[in-house]
Amino acid sequence: MTGRETPVRVFLVDDHALFRAGVRAELDSITDEIDVVGEAGSVGEAVVGINHVRPDVVLLDVHMPDGGGAEVLRQVRTSLPEVVFLALSVSDAAEDVIAVIRAGARGYVTKTISSQELVRAVVRVAEGDAVFSPRLAGFVLDAFADRPGAAPISDPELDLLTPRERDVLRLLARGYAYKEIASELFISVKTVETHVSSVLRKTQLSNRYELSRWASDRRLV
Amino acid sequence: MTAQVVETVDRQPTAARQSRYPEPVRRRRGGRVVAGVAGGVADHLGVDVFWVRAVFAALTALNGVGVVAYGLLWLFVPQREVDAPERPSGSKERQQALGLVALGIGAAVISGLMSGPVSGWIVGPLAVALVGAAVVWREADEAQRRRWRDGARSGLLGSGRSAVVRVLAGVALVAIGIGVLLVNSYGIDQLRFALLAVVATLGGVAVLTVPLWIKLINDLGEERRVRIRTEERAEIAAHLHDSVLQTLALIQKQSENPREVKRLARGQERQLREWLYGRNVEDNTQPTTLSAAIAKASGEVEDHFALTVQQVVVGDCELDPNLLALIQAAREAMVNAAKHAGVGEISVYGEVEPERVTVFVRDRGKGFDPDTVPEDRHGLADSIRGRMDRHGGEVRLRTTPGEGTEVQLCMPRSGN
Repeated sequence: MTGRETPVRVFLVDDHALFRAGVRAELDSITDEIDVVGEAGSVGEAVVGINHVRPDVVLLDVHMPDGGGAEVLRQVRTSLPEVVFLALSVSDAAEDVIAVIRAGARGYVTKTISSQELVRAVVRVAEGDAVFSPRLAGFVLDAFADRPGAAPISDPELDLLTPRERDVLRLLARGYAYKEIASELFISVKTVETHVSSVLRKTQLSNRYELSRWASDRRLV
Repeated sequence: MTAQVVETVDRQPTAARQSRYPEPVRRRRGGRVVAGVAGGVADHLGVDVFWVRAVFAALTALNGVGVVAYGLLWLFVPQREVDAPERPSGSKERQQALGLVALGIGAAVISGLMSGPVSGWIVGPLAVALVGAAVVWREADEAQRRRWRDGARSGLLGSGRSAVVRVLAGVALVAIGIGVLLVNSYGIDQLRFALLAVVATLGGVAVLTVPLWIKLINDLGEERRVRIRTEERAEIAAHLHDSVLQTLALIQKQSENPREVKRLARGQERQLREWLYGRNVEDNTQPTTLSAAIAKASGEVEDHFALTVQQVVVGDCELDPNLLALIQAAREAMVNAAKHAGVGEISVYGEVEPERVTVFVRDRGKGFDPDTVPEDRHGLADSIRGRMDRHGGEVRLRTTPGEGTEVQLCMPRSGN
């Protein structure tokens, strides 16, 4: 698989203890690539725990009392910019997905993801890449769609996707893996990763109406 | 074209709505001199309570406007709830307040006297009656506070002899005020006097029973709120019982059969999501939009074959006969994948563009060689290709043995 010498240190944040236990057991049993170094059941616990443990990756639940995953991101990101966050949630609602991405998460996967896929996603964000589930790819395509009557583009660099980025997102939404996307588009996996990271950056920084609406519904901007 | 992803639901996040409006006015309970009206107004406006009281006192000099305003606020502004934090007031502030009350009364009396001896005779008894009413109302506030504290629901009057004495004293003051007013106006002819007496008595009773009416109205509102809450709870309980509890019971029975457990859990999850996020795709109603139709078809395949259909739809539009054919072809492709690919998950991706709608159905299963498909298998040829051809659509098939299959369906949009 990957050439990591040390396992990725992962911190779990979820208000359901049962779910945390399940993820921990699964991750411990199927791979040596990941080492679960801590867990927390609330926003406050998570902030203290992450600051103390300094994990590589935080697996973050979107829905929690006291502001949810976005609140954890807000409180930790500025002081610990090297910690990356992967959101993990049962919710498929667009505003949740977009809001947590805009708060700074490097990816979003749903809780029904298989264990192997979760491991791959964790390793990938730990290496600095973005992780888009098919659904997130769909939301982003939708938010960046050219539709009649849309607000004028204020910053083309951030508010528009390139045709290539669009192709990559479409294939992601169709359930293709990076390798398959690369061979489909005759580009390297590295280039696919670059495109996905660029889309992530635009999703986080663009002021497109759809994105900021989703974010403001969750009071992020 | 409505730009919505399937799961995009217009639901107001509740957390975001809180504290958008300033707090409503609430009468103070601690540090009040008469009824806490001035304190409440001061809290609401964020000014010192002294100035509010001074304004009320000054207004009183204008034909008693301040008193009327104070009385109306007393009636319509509720007291602060018991558990709200209260700021105790110093004795200096209290003295100041009493001084202002006295000043206000003095100003009212002087302005009354200045406007002539006749109206002075009317203002005097009226003032006595008002003081009586104030005593009764204050007692009602007191009783309400006790109700909050004890959690009791009944009892307009406070308990204890002193409460009764205070209420009686208030009633007596009102009666005396009205009586003096009537005695003063003696001398007019009898019919008018009788009329005046009746009106005055009715007025007195109305003023005295105001707390009773307010309590009745509040209780009614509270009762309605409780009833609505109970009904909502009952509806949720009924729904959970019909769906989730039944499914959980079935899952326990079927625990030996993982396939069946998965099918039940997935079907229930989908149903609960629809219910929670209010898409209201009932089983018996025909979906009218593309995304709803794809969701329904995926759901049926999931239920029937016990696997997961991961579906993503970008954009949305109304269904027409051509698109209906597209959905049916897509459903057939899902069924094929479920039957032959030997996988636990199928990906479905639909995209609505201005001039066409594209649907991809993909699995990572066995795959097959299209040339070796037996002649008697009509699924792909008839149900998919034939259907798409008849409606002017296009089918492309990509499959490699061992690497899965992808069916690409493309239908041009008619009209618009």
